[in-house]
Amino acid sequence: MTIKTYRQALHDTLREEMLRDENVFLMGEEIGVFEGSYKITAGLLTEFGDKRVRDTPIAEEGFTGAAIGAAMLGLRPVVEIMTINFSLLALDQIVNHAAKIYGMFGGQAKVPLVIRTPGGGGQQLGATHSQNIELYYAFVPGMKVVAPSTPADAKALLLAAIRDDDPVLFLENLALYNTKGDVPDDDTPAEIGKAKITREGHDLTLIGYSRMAYVARNIAESLAESEGLDIEVIDLMSLRPLDRATLVESVKKTHAAVVLEDDWLTYGIGAEIAATISDGAFDYLDAPVRRVAMAEVPMPYSKNLESAAMPTNDDVVNAIFQTLEAVGRRLKKVGQSHD
Amino acid sequence: MTVDSLRTAKPTPDKAAVAPSSTKAVAKKAVAKKAVAKKAVAKKSPAKKAVATSSAPVKAGATKAAARRTATKKADSARLVQFYRDMMLIRRFEERSARAYTEALIGGYCHLNLGEEATVVGLMSALRETDYLFTNYREHGYALMRGIHPNHAMAELYGRVDGVSKGWGGSMHMFDMTHRLLGGYGIVGGQLPLATGAALAINYRGLDEIVMCTMGDGTANIGAFHESLNIAALWSLPVVFVVINNGLGMGTTVAKASAEPEIYKRASAYAMASERVDGLDPVLVADAASRAIESARAGKPFLLEVVCERLRGHSVVDPAKYRSPEEVALVARLDPVPALANRLVKEKILTAAELRHIDEEETARADAADAFARASAVPDVSTLFDYNYATPVANDSRRRPGDPLFPVVARYNVEVAR
Ligand SMILES: Cc1ncc(C[n+]2csc(CCOP(=O)(O)OP(=O)(O)O)c2C)c(N)n1
Ligand SMILES: [Mg+2]
Repeated sequence: MTIKTYRQALHDTLREEMLRDENVFLMGEEIGVFEGSYKITAGLLTEFGDKRVRDTPIAEEGFTGAAIGAAMLGLRPVVEIMTINFSLLALDQIVNHAAKIYGMFGGQAKVPLVIRTPGGGGQQLGATHSQNIELYYAFVPGMKVVAPSTPADAKALLLAAIRDDDPVLFLENLALYNTKGDVPDDDTPAEIGKAKITREGHDLTLIGYSRMAYVARNIAESLAESEGLDIEVIDLMSLRPLDRATLVESVKKTHAAVVLEDDWLTYGIGAEIAATISDGAFDYLDAPVRRVAMAEVPMPYSKNLESAAMPTNDDVVNAIFQTLEAVGRRLKKVGQSHD
Repeated sequence: MTVDSLRTAKPTPDKAAVAPSSTKAVAKKAVAKKAVAKKAVAKKSPAKKAVATSSAPVKAGATKAAARRTATKKADSARLVQFYRDMMLIRRFEERSARAYTEALIGGYCHLNLGEEATVVGLMSALRETDYLFTNYREHGYALMRGIHPNHAMAELYGRVDGVSKGWGGSMHMFDMTHRLLGGYGIVGGQLPLATGAALAINYRGLDEIVMCTMGDGTANIGAFHESLNIAALWSLPVVFVVINNGLGMGTTVAKASAEPEIYKRASAYAMASERVDGLDPVLVADAASRAIESARAGKPFLLEVVCERLRGHSVVDPAKYRSPEEVALVARLDPVPALANRLVKEKILTAAELRHIDEEETARADAADAFARASAVPDVSTLFDYNYATPVANDSRRRPGDPLFPVVARYNVEVAR
């Protein structure tokens, strides 16, 4: 084990995979000379040269499509799209080609492509630069979408994504890049399509992915301390395929769920999770599944409006308390203080 | 690297002195440069004539030609002084923004026009008030030159209610319908189709307005560039596309991003007229812009490439480590603001004291804008949903992130306190 930042874990994994397999190469805007907008690829151009670390023009549709084509011939491109907002310019190639080629041609060609891209809001970047639109990709059959929340998972899922023969959208998050954690030294890939219970508990199931999985863990820990609550936390890890069984089994045990998402509520990722729980654990639910998501507005620039549009820790805690209230469960510590 | 191949071989003394000391790539591109220079010269003379005729008053007592010469000279001097004043305002405004950014009073991304002042004032001076501008996220100077008060531009950077976009847009998204600045756009190339469409609306209504659409060199590589130029040319739309070639898209040089680094030449693929001009000289820029605009007004869209320099990093937070010390020094020497100051003194148009006075006045305006922005109110949280839809609609979501969809009902009526 080595303690690393999420950023460093990504960097090191890219490097190791490039050393392991010469078919692995990187493409994207500003990843070489500039060393990456978020410095994930720092030093790799110097080490591997511009054949394998390719700075592209600003042409998301062009270079993403080119990566798909290269993947059809057996290369394993890892494309960086500067932020997920700009992936919209490549949406056509991803949805109409990356996700379709294997099926549409009867399994004759594979597309072993990875698209790495960060989401994240809260940096005052305004309406077009603060979106979390991973749903667009998670919606599409043929795509795989993974979203690690720790440095260790970033490594394990990136290994899995690069070695996978299908197109994988690898969701990173601006707010996670500097977070630290233990990272195993061996290279065991994660299993795409599996969620992870990151904290066991009985009172309520708290579900998140990417930054919100991180938030969920922290809040569960602090409520354990301050309120004596025993919350189970699930990190989805994979948005498509979705590990429905883990969700359902957890709620059968806890009887209540709160879903945290950084996207918009209406038709968001949380809607699919709530539907899954109501479908698979209907008889076990003691309260409606609650969702905490962004306000449904184009993100304003002004700091206080932006903060008002984004879920805060208080929003999450309130949602948890209100759900427990709906269940009718007395909160130990708080209950005591009222005696 | 940015300066080398791109610097148009323009016959001003400062630049001629600088060009030879530049890197190897200059030699490689020498042929291309010559061609550009020739083109620029060929195009320059008719424009000068045009200015002379249009500004010629009739004076009794003197010969027509002599009167015209004096008047022209006076007008030229006044124009240069105005350019200087405008460039100084942009310079001081941008420096003030950078400072406020480091004080964390401005957030998000903040891209400055430092080094591009001559380009900005030249381009904007050629527009009529009724013409439209679409631009990108590096637009503070453009907003000022469109006539937006510095106070309202600065208040936008601060995210305050008095900002041009009411604090909703920030540095990258200034917008003002009355001054016909139709955005500031943060998505590279996003403004091109929109500008084309605005030109379509003008054409549709038979008006004689035009649209100017500016973008960076890196933006010429996005698909929307090609789609927009083709549509504009196909439909004879009144639009001028302007590539502000500052040699870099973030840290990527034009040579590394563009198979045809002389971007104006791409217009030929759409049978569109084009020209490349030195963006360090506001007069050359203004004259080239006027020619381009005249063409657009006659229904012939135009591609103008303006070659300039970015003095600092891509945005306020970029230390630009990818630039060599030599390049940084060269770019500093090419700074158009002191260059114009020198010219004004050398041509005896302004004294050093007068220059200083202009600087003080524009610095004061930038400072006043900063004070105004600090004092302006932050938007109230209750306004979060004010711009959801232009047409009110049933069932519009006005939920805050923590709000439940439906009221929470306690099941077993057990009182639970928080
Ligand atoms: C579609 C899209 N891709 C990437 C970006 C990130 N980005 C912002 S500015 C920029 C460079 C643009 O360079 P250029 O067009 O030369 O304009 P300059 O910044 O030099 O004025 C990039 C890559 C973006 N905003 N939009
Ligand atoms: Mg540029």
